[in-house]
Parts: sequence; C-alpha cells; structure tokens
Amino acid sequence: MNSPLLVVENLRKYFEIRRGFLGKKLYLKAVDDVSFSLNRREAISIVGESGCGKTTLGKTILRLYEPTDGRIIFDGKDITNLEWKELKWYRRETGLVQQDPFGALPPFMTVKRILEEPLIVHGIKKGREREEKVYEALEKVKLTPVEDFINKYPHMLSGGQQQRLVIARAMILEPKLIVADEPVSMLDASVRIEILKLLKELQNKYDLSIMYITHDLSTTRYFSEKIHIMYAAHIVESAETRELLHNPMHPYTRALLNVIPDPDPANRSIIRDVPAGEPPNLVDPPKGCRFHPRCPNFIKGVCDVKEPPVTEVAKEHHVKCWLYG
Amino acid sequence: MSGEHFSVKNLVIYYRTMKGEVKAVDNASFSLSKGETLAIIGESGCGKSSLAKGIMRLLPRNVSVYKGIILFNGLNLMNLDEKEFTNEVRWNKITYVPQAALNSLNPVIKVGEQMIEPLILRQKISKSEAFDRAAKALKAVGVSEVFLHRYPFELSGGMKQRVIIAMSLLTNPELMILDEPTSSLDVLTQANIMNLLKRIKKEKNLGMIFITHDVSLSSELADKVAVMYAGQIVEFVDAETFYSDPKHPYSKKLMESVPTLRRDKELSFIPGSPPSLLDPPKGCRFAERCPFAFEKCVKDPPVIYMDKGFYVRCWLYVKE
Repeated sequence: MNSPLLVVENLRKYFEIRRGFLGKKLYLKAVDDVSFSLNRREAISIVGESGCGKTTLGKTILRLYEPTDGRIIFDGKDITNLEWKELKWYRRETGLVQQDPFGALPPFMTVKRILEEPLIVHGIKKGREREEKVYEALEKVKLTPVEDFINKYPHMLSGGQQQRLVIARAMILEPKLIVADEPVSMLDASVRIEILKLLKELQNKYDLSIMYITHDLSTTRYFSEKIHIMYAAHIVESAETRELLHNPMHPYTRALLNVIPDPDPANRSIIRDVPAGEPPNLVDPPKGCRFHPRCPNFIKGVCDVKEPPVTEVAKEHHVKCWLYG
Repeated sequence: MSGEHFSVKNLVIYYRTMKGEVKAVDNASFSLSKGETLAIIGESGCGKSSLAKGIMRLLPRNVSVYKGIILFNGLNLMNLDEKEFTNEVRWNKITYVPQAALNSLNPVIKVGEQMIEPLILRQKISKSEAFDRAAKALKAVGVSEVFLHRYPFELSGGMKQRVIIAMSLLTNPELMILDEPTSSLDVLTQANIMNLLKRIKKEKNLGMIFITHDVSLSSELADKVAVMYAGQIVEFVDAETFYSDPKHPYSKKLMESVPTLRRDKELSFIPGSPPSLLDPPKGCRFAERCPFAFEKCVKDPPVIYMDKGFYVRCWLYVKE
C-alpha cells in the first residue's frame, strides 16, 4: 500500500456572501485551487497566517464543509461528493483536533460520556466494549490512572489535559487521518512540546497520517516531514521540512522565516525586514500573484498581470512564483 | 544616568476568593536603569499580569494583601494616595498596554477622541493642541492621521495595537508596561510591532516592562529578564546570561522546551503542572517538578545574589 492516503486535487471552497443593497452575489474564496497529497504514516504542516484559508482547507478535507470544486481522494476512494449516509464511514477514518480544547469539549459531559459519544454514534452499543475502548483511549493519551479522570468534567482538567482528551476523542475510532488545527497555540511553552510529542508518538505507534495546521513555523521542524505554505487561499510553496527551512524560495516564505526569532540577546539590536501591508481580502484578491502588492521582488508587468505557475525548483520542492516560472 | 530608575522590592499581592487566599505575587523584586527593558517571562497563571497591574494600581477589588516598595525616581509610589498616583503617575509617567489591548478601545468613540483623553485630563491642554499631538504620535507609529476620525472597527488588529502604543506614548512617559502586546497578532504583524517598540525604545530612551510567555519573543527586547514561577520571581538576570546559561532549574527546563528554527536541538518538556496558588507547596515551589531537587528543597529556598543585584532563588547555589 504505497499509494498516498489522501490526494487533494484543485480543491476550492468558496463561501457565498451578499453585499450591497441589490444583493449582488459575491464569493469569499477561502481555498482556491489547492493540490497536495499526504502519504500513509506521514505528518505534514500547513502553515499560514490567520485568514489564509488553512482552517477551511482542513475542514473541507474532513467534509465538514461542502467542497465547491476539485477532488478529495481518501484511501483510493473519491469522497468529494459522498452523500451524508456514506460519509459515516469517512467520519470513522478521520479525526479532528481543534485549537481551543475547552471550547471543543461539551462542558456538561463527563470525560467518559465525551469519549462514548462517537462510539454510540458509530454503533458500538455494548456497554462492556464501550468501556474498554474508553479506557484504552485514555491510556493512549496518558490520562492515567484512568479512574482519576473518567468521571471528571472538562473544567476540572488543565489545558494540557483537556487537549489530551480532545486527542483521545479524535483517536477513539482508530482513524487513519488526524487533522490537527492549531492544536497547541493556546497552551504554554512546555505543555506545547508535551502535546506535540504525544501526537508524534501516536503517529508512529498507530500508523497515523497527520495534517498539522499552524501559524508557527518553529514547531514544524520538530513535527512534520513536509511543509506547505499558504498565502491568501493558495499554497505558495511546498517542500520537505529541512529543504524548506534551509532553502526557502518564495518571497513570502522568506519573509516569514526572517521574522521568527530564536532566543538570542542579539535580537534586540536587529530591525527585521517585514513586507509592508496586510494580506488581501479574499473576496476580491489582487490580480496576478496575490502577494505582489507586498513583495520585495515584485516585477512590474509580470507579477501583477498573470497568476504565477507552480515550478519545481528542486526535488519535491514546488514554488508558485514568477521568479522561478 | 545610571543606577536605579525603577525598582520593585518585596512586592506581595494576594487575592481573597471563595476558595481561600490566592498568593498571586510573593516577594517580587527587580530593578531597572533608565531606558532599560525588563522581560517578565512565565506561564499562564504565574502572576505576571498581577505584577503589572499591581505596579499600575489597577488591581481588582478582592485584593487582601498589597504591600512592598515600588521606587520610581527615588520616590516610593506606595506612599502616594490615590489622587496623587492618578495625577502624577498613571498614564503620565508610567503607561500600560493591557493584555488583549485590541479590545480595550471603545468601539463607539472615534480613535482620535479616545487618544486625546489622557492629554486633556492629565496634562490640561486644549483640544486642538491635543489633536495635533495625537496626529504626530500616530504618524510616529506608522499610522496615517486620517484614522483619527475613524472608529476602531475600521482598523486592522495591527493598526489598533499601533494606536494603543501611540496613545501610551502621548504623555511622554518614562516607563511603559506592555502585557503580551502581540499575543493575538499574526507573525508578520507581530514583527512590525516589535520593530516599532525597538525604535521607540532607542529614540525615546524609554524604560519598558515587557510581559510575555514567549521566550523567543522576549529576546527581541529584553536587557534584563525576570522569570516567574507560581507567584515568585525565581531568577532575575541580564539577557546575555539568561539566553545562554540560565541558572534556575525552571529557567533551564523552560529553555529546553523552546523550539528553534535555525538550529537542531532536542526538545523536552516539564512533566506535571504548576501548583495552585491557593495553597502553594512548602519550600521550593518548583521542587516537585525539578530534576535537581534534593533534601533541602523542602525548605524555602534562599535568594542568592550575584553581580549587580541579579539573583536566583534556589538551594543549588548555596555555597557551604
């Protein structure tokens, strides 16, 4: 089974909005022509700033949003247009870990009840079997001794423990794919590493594929094998983690890498180069390359006219930029 | 001018709650020379925001203990009454950019009107003069003066943060306290704000207290570092020492959990979680998570002074 677990082809997700008093239909293009694949047992990072469409991409892949166009192929099956009933199988194969663990957990349910919910929905009805699975799931995420946690409510857990519970819930149906959307951004430094290490361990132990969505490039290096950089609904650069961090090609990737500090007292005397302006409005994005109004390498008459092609600049290293087109 | 410009000595802040007394800040001490920046680093709930609010006298009503010495230009601020403090210090000599500052702008009042308020109230100047100064201050932080006549919702997050920084500079303060000033901003916007703060610091020789949970980010501004754990400053040290060779075991372990972008390193985390401040453990508060803990740690660790008033609160550094 060497075929990729997940193949995404030219995926688009547009949200319809109405503006103006004539009620003219407009579209917010949150994900626009995105293609990538995810191998079995692989972790990839989708990196971008808020509003770039990375969360929408994750949710569309999980079919929590209807795709507007394009194809999603999971385990060899096209799931793009699966009906609600057929989707139930897909829900079992996938899991979601959200950003805010407390918001993701129903406050009135105990840990046990929270973990039973997906089992009940998916027809694991025997009390005994359910209980065993709940125990197993809690042990997997190291919420042990299980008896100490099983009857607690979410607010009685620390942030790190809550996030472990969210992971346990995502894992309980033994999925093949986990989408982790900013799973550690609300946690403290040490807890972040604890959770990322746990996810990595689960990935290896249970042959999981993980799509790690984040704005934080510095953690990707320790977590994922590949990185895709998103800007304004496009993937602008993709490469293996090392290659991307050592040899960034897209001006946006370079800008991102340049501004992230490592702990060093010399930082205080450096004024960093930051591209001017802000990410564009996705209802009416700039013509040509979407980064051109902020780009330090902007070529007039080229970048602002036509959308740049995707070029392979090195093995498995793709850039969507006219500098290399 | 060298020597102490601003210093805090043995500051204690406790809160009264339904469950008991929360020891938010316990015997915090540090000092700053003019134009220096102190970074206060710690995890959520360690008391770092309480410390900032304590300095600004913006504490909630359920404070049960609030004592210590806060020296500013040789004057003990704790001896000022509320009126003196309001007129002389807050928003005049010392300004404060609160956490989630983005939401601290009033949504129904135009930006300019909000900005001039401290000038009119504190410095008693005319409205037109205040507007001129606000326009200049906005320009200095890279925001066009047309935004004076806009409402906060018309500004992006980065611009709002700039407005608030401009606002806190209007009265020409000598010290600026910033509580997580960039925590809700994007990476590039954050870098812009850090550039701005670096420039202001240099141009105005302004002292700053920069409160953050982000160790990497703290190195963008810090001349000195105070590390807080469970309500106590466990280490107070210069930036060079802190980022290369921190002394306290908590600082060391915290450093090991910071991912680096440019070089490989083995990351590790601190098992367990910080103690409740309702009933902190006796002795060293970090002992139960500390890999170097030994029999002495059940007793309160002494404060071991190093050069220039720097210190570490740990039994490991007691010379027999």
